[in-house]
Parts: sequence; C-alpha cells; structure tokens
Amino acid sequence: MTLRVLYFARLRERFGVAEESIEFEGVSVADLIATLQARGGVWAEELAAGRAFRVAVNQEVVALEAAIPDAAEVAIFPPVTGG
Amino acid sequence: MKADAMKVVVQSEPFDLGAEVAAISQQRTDIGAIASFVGLARDSNDGSGVQAMTLEHYPGMTEKALVTLVDEACTRWALLDVTVIHRVGRLLPGDPIVLVAVASSHRGEAFAACEFIMDALKTRAPFWKKEETPEGERWVDARVSDAEAAERWDGIE
Repeated sequence: MTLRVLYFARLRERFGVAEESIEFEGVSVADLIATLQARGGVWAEELAAGRAFRVAVNQEVVALEAAIPDAAEVAIFPPVTGG
Repeated sequence: MKADAMKVVVQSEPFDLGAEVAAISQQRTDIGAIASFVGLARDSNDGSGVQAMTLEHYPGMTEKALVTLVDEACTRWALLDVTVIHRVGRLLPGDPIVLVAVASSHRGEAFAACEFIMDALKTRAPFWKKEETPEGERWVDARVSDAEAAERWDGIE
C-alpha cells in the first residue's frame, strides 16, 4: 500500500525531506519505523530505540504497535513544544 | 456548551486579549467568570538570549488536537465558552504566542479548565519552537515538567 509520510521540525531538517510517498509492505507503525531505520545514516540515528519521537496516523498520535490503514497519512515528529 | 460556542484558531497574526474576552461575554448575561491565559515569547531560555523564535505546526492535525482537548475540558467542567488562539511563524520577544480564555458560571471551573487546556496543549498540540540565539538556531526540547503538569490532571476531577 502507498502511504503519505510527513516529517516535522527538527526531524524534517535532519532528514532533508518534508513529505514523501512510501510503498509500504508492513502492518504496524513499528514496521514503518524499521523500514525507515534501514535507510541508515540520520534515519537509523534519529529513529533508534530510545530516541524521543512521536508518530501520528491520520492525524492522531498512536503507539508503535498500531496498525497503519491503507492510504494513511503518517507523520513523524519530535515531542511538541508549543504554548 | 454548544460546539459552535468554541473558537479554535491557528494564525500568524497577533491577537487582542480584550477583544476576545469581550466577544465571549457579548449579548449574554449567564457568564459569571472568564479566566484567560496569554503566553508570550521570552527573551531568554536555557541560559541563552533568544532574539526570535519560529513556530512550526502540523496543519490539519493541530486544529483537531486543539478541538479534542477543548472537548475534554467541556466534559470535565461546566463551561459556557472557550477560545483558543495559537500563533505560528516568526515571533519576537514580547510577542504573544497563545491565548486561552474560558467562560463559566463560576470562577473555579474557569480557572481549572484554563490551566488544563494550557497543560494539555503544551504536550499534545503539534507545535514546535525554533529559537534564534547568539550561538545560532536551535530547536527547543520538550520539558519533563510540561509532561508532569499534563499528567497531574489524570484522575483529578
């Protein structure tokens, strides 16, 4: 399935991309993170276990175990700092 | 509270606290209390001077997240109206960043809900601050104290 994946703030700058389309073979958020980690470099570094990042699926923050529906909008971003 | 009584806005323009509070109480006489909070851009953070900051957000999710936490406040307290305005873009020290105004019959609900909404916004609304300091630009890190402030509402009525 095809996912629209967005990156924000520090992660957008580190990855050098704001948005991309990804052909995804997995099921869960954890599978997507593993796919991105496999790119190596900053991807492996920023998305390593223990690093603080959040994942939203269709604009709601979810846990790593959550399933990703077809054609979902997935966003990966640092912990928020508004207000 | 009716859903249409709620005002949730993300904008780059400044806001006027007085005008927002006046709009809440206009043409009604059932409100006994309006509690408001305004967050400002500070000129220092973590031991560095801050010359400016830029607020980024996640269009679409931001508005949804803000409506969700205002809905939660309306479930917990008897509220008559809520306004939340959050600015994005480049701001200078002294500029207002965020406004929360809560109307209720009595002050207790208004104070509590206003603080709850700010605590929830700090940890759940997708905004990010980048500061310009004499040492260069830096993204602000999330604070443990903000997470703790949000968590203390869990289980409290």
